[in-house]
Amino acid sequence: MRLNVTVNGERRQADDVWEGESLLYVLRERLGLPGSKNACEQGECGSCTVYLDDVPACSCLVAAGQAEGREVRTVEGLAEGEALDPVQQSFVDAGAVQCGFCTPGLVVAAHDLLDRVPDPSDEEIREALAGNLCRCTGYEKILDAVRTAAGAR
Amino acid sequence: MTTTESTDVTAAQGIGTSPVRPDGTMKVRGEFAYSSDLWHEDMLWGATLRSPHPYAHITGIDISAALALPGVYAVLTHTDVPGVNRYGLEHPDQPVLAEDVVRYQGEPVAIVAADHPETARRAVAKIDVGYEVLEPVTDSEAAVAGEGPELHPGGNVVRHVPIRFGEQDVTADVVVTGRYEVGMQDQAFLGPESGLAVPAEDGGVDLFVATQWLHVDQQQIVAALGLPKDKVRLTLGGVGGAFGGREDLSIQVHACLLALHTGKPVKMVYNREESFYGHVHRHPATLYYEHGADRDGRLVYVRARMYLDGGAYASTTGAVSGNAATLGVGPYSVPNVTIDCWGTYSNNPPCGAMRGFGAVQAAFAYESQMDRLARACGLDPVEVRLRNAMSEGTRLPTGQVVDSAAPVDELLTRLRAMPLPADRSGEPDLRHLPGGVSNTTHGEGVVRGVGYAVGIKNICFSEGFDDYSTARVRLEALGGEPAATVQTAACEVGQGLVTILQQIIRTELGVEQVTTLPMDTSIGSAGSSSASRQSYMTGGAVRAAALEVRAALVEHAARILGHDRGDLSVGGGKVVSRTDGVLADLVDVLGDAAFDRTVEWRHRPTESLDPETGQGNAHVQYGFAAHRAVVDVDTELGLLKVVALDCVQDVGKALNPQAVLGQIQGGSAQGLGLAVMEEIQTEGGVIRNPSFTDYLIPTVLDMPPMRIEVLELADPHAPYGLRGVGEPPTISSTPAIVAAIRAATGLALDRVPVRPEHLTGT
Repeated sequence: MRLNVTVNGERRQADDVWEGESLLYVLRERLGLPGSKNACEQGECGSCTVYLDDVPACSCLVAAGQAEGREVRTVEGLAEGEALDPVQQSFVDAGAVQCGFCTPGLVVAAHDLLDRVPDPSDEEIREALAGNLCRCTGYEKILDAVRTAAGAR
Repeated sequence: MTTTESTDVTAAQGIGTSPVRPDGTMKVRGEFAYSSDLWHEDMLWGATLRSPHPYAHITGIDISAALALPGVYAVLTHTDVPGVNRYGLEHPDQPVLAEDVVRYQGEPVAIVAADHPETARRAVAKIDVGYEVLEPVTDSEAAVAGEGPELHPGGNVVRHVPIRFGEQDVTADVVVTGRYEVGMQDQAFLGPESGLAVPAEDGGVDLFVATQWLHVDQQQIVAALGLPKDKVRLTLGGVGGAFGGREDLSIQVHACLLALHTGKPVKMVYNREESFYGHVHRHPATLYYEHGADRDGRLVYVRARMYLDGGAYASTTGAVSGNAATLGVGPYSVPNVTIDCWGTYSNNPPCGAMRGFGAVQAAFAYESQMDRLARACGLDPVEVRLRNAMSEGTRLPTGQVVDSAAPVDELLTRLRAMPLPADRSGEPDLRHLPGGVSNTTHGEGVVRGVGYAVGIKNICFSEGFDDYSTARVRLEALGGEPAATVQTAACEVGQGLVTILQQIIRTELGVEQVTTLPMDTSIGSAGSSSASRQSYMTGGAVRAAALEVRAALVEHAARILGHDRGDLSVGGGKVVSRTDGVLADLVDVLGDAAFDRTVEWRHRPTESLDPETGQGNAHVQYGFAAHRAVVDVDTELGLLKVVALDCVQDVGKALNPQAVLGQIQGGSAQGLGLAVMEEIQTEGGVIRNPSFTDYLIPTVLDMPPMRIEVLELADPHAPYGLRGVGEPPTISSTPAIVAAIRAATGLALDRVPVRPEHLTGT
């Protein structure tokens, strides 16, 4: 099938998409946007989190056809040119990035949290990020990063 | 090459500082290329057919239906392996593709290349394999007893490590015994096994892959492909975590075989379920311990029998058994020790390296025993540990005398002095209680306990292994600035080695601009990113190469400037005279010259263990960490919450303090996982929970805030005095948490992970 989808503000088209492909697969393998990650492809780890019409979603659980005509914003669409989004910058500065495989999903989830709750408590940060697994950091520096980003926005 | 006096320890962004990771910006932008992100024009997708049975004879393989599927380019079986159809880190006992027998569920039997991953999956499903299913062997103790069919020639014991130290028949006034079990833990790195193999015009292949040790991969791949070493070139693809799980081969030979067979680039990426079958796990263990002490709690002897189930193939079972045995009494001074540790074969999933590597299993048992001893002697758990704490100069059960700091008492006393979290009071916030917002309790039935544990880990490779790393450092003027380049084959797996190596160069050469070349096999081996060894080994190699560059540079500068070279040093981009101050800008002194040095660097040699007595100076360095856990347990539902998990660790020298904390926090989290949730559950060799739905790892809700103190007691034998950091925090975290649960509930809890039914007795 042919898929039409707006990604990071740009209208994109993908041809010969097999109906069983996920939005994650289309982003990664057909549209040249591998930033969203494929850690579990079961909706458990959050590493593939993207905005779908402004709502964060696990793109591995979205069938490609479900994205037809909709707007997707991925981790690649958060920075303004060279300037990182404050969430991205604070992840780098705080040491919240080790292997970084969870990072794109966590950055999108934290970005969404701070859009909704500009000054979240630690409990609110934990609840908001509970669907994103990280195996390297033990989450402490991710919490630091979100606190810092909240202050910077 | 041990001169240190002119090392510029205050260099901007040098050692001891925490500059941002050079790959950090790309990672937060989603632009860092992990091995699963690689793409090549015209590439095919590889897929693997795996055995559904833990143990079976293969009676036939029919690939014709798979080959007939449109879009399928190749279907390969063991007959297509051109070289030796065996690989393995210690013993080449594992087939690249199964021949007439499969020894574990998930063993690769055939591989497919197709134009779409779904086509490849469908082709895999069309391969018809005849199996004659056999009764699986799953009992490590039975293997040691010589029972059951032999899974490999020579029987089912991979290695037996005896330790005989002091008197073997002593008695003691106080004796405590226990039988402990450790479940099979998974590394659960988030980036799946993946890579891209590209056939080359010279008949060879270029492989881009996530791994921990490029050269040992290469060595195994060339043997299987029957190609000379220069025809198989490896480059590190971006690695999404490792934790030991990438030491063994996964897609490497398969992707190369398919690429060479089809003449097209082939990408392979496991999904999460396949990943559970596609890499080795932490050895599950059964451990029998007997501690004898005097009435004051001072240890007289320790006796232990340890059974580590290595699963179907040897992997690193031998070395894991060596660690479990040699570190089997923990960080304590014990005059008389009798240990037997067996690593065995079975039809369970193969087990090998995971962070802590044998020390984790032993620590759960010996720390549980120390708490039992404390109770038997009426002592505080910290006090009994302090009375037996080893220190610098202690003779370990291997006979090795520890010759650098071993601050076990200081770790414990600092830990004990840390403030405890406040008791719960008033109407509690649900989010702070076991069960969280599931609203399972408002505090009724919830009890709190505090537990302590301390652990020991060998750093770097042991037992006489020729452990080395290779580094190349180049210094030249580029664009009007002095610029250094560093090249190694050391795998960045997330730990931040790329940052550390740049810091070392800045410190030694006083230049700010440092470029790291891609990690590949065009330079000599760096050894594995495991055993907490890369800062020590590749850090040591980079430092040695930088010092050679510096020496050559100083000689060059002395000649140009007409100055006594003994009076010169470099730092801050300048050439400096001790007597006359700054003489020249480094960039001017460099001119068109380039200084380029490659160094192969080794740590002090170690010895093998005596096969009868386990005596020998087997380890090069020891690392220590201690944890205190505070846990709330809902005794009615068996739910729990780790309220605090505090840690004190000696790191010798924190080359990058932020990265050190990251290792301690992340390692402690993995220990928490083993304590209360993580286990690959097997039944007759079959994995019951190969998904992140059923194999749980800690989330941000499970990890408590951590108080951490880092000690820097220099090891005079190590570069900058550093001590490997990565593994120790994983070791003591688990037993501390279980001790806290025991303190809260009074239950014996002799198995990890602790499950709700262990707490409710239902």
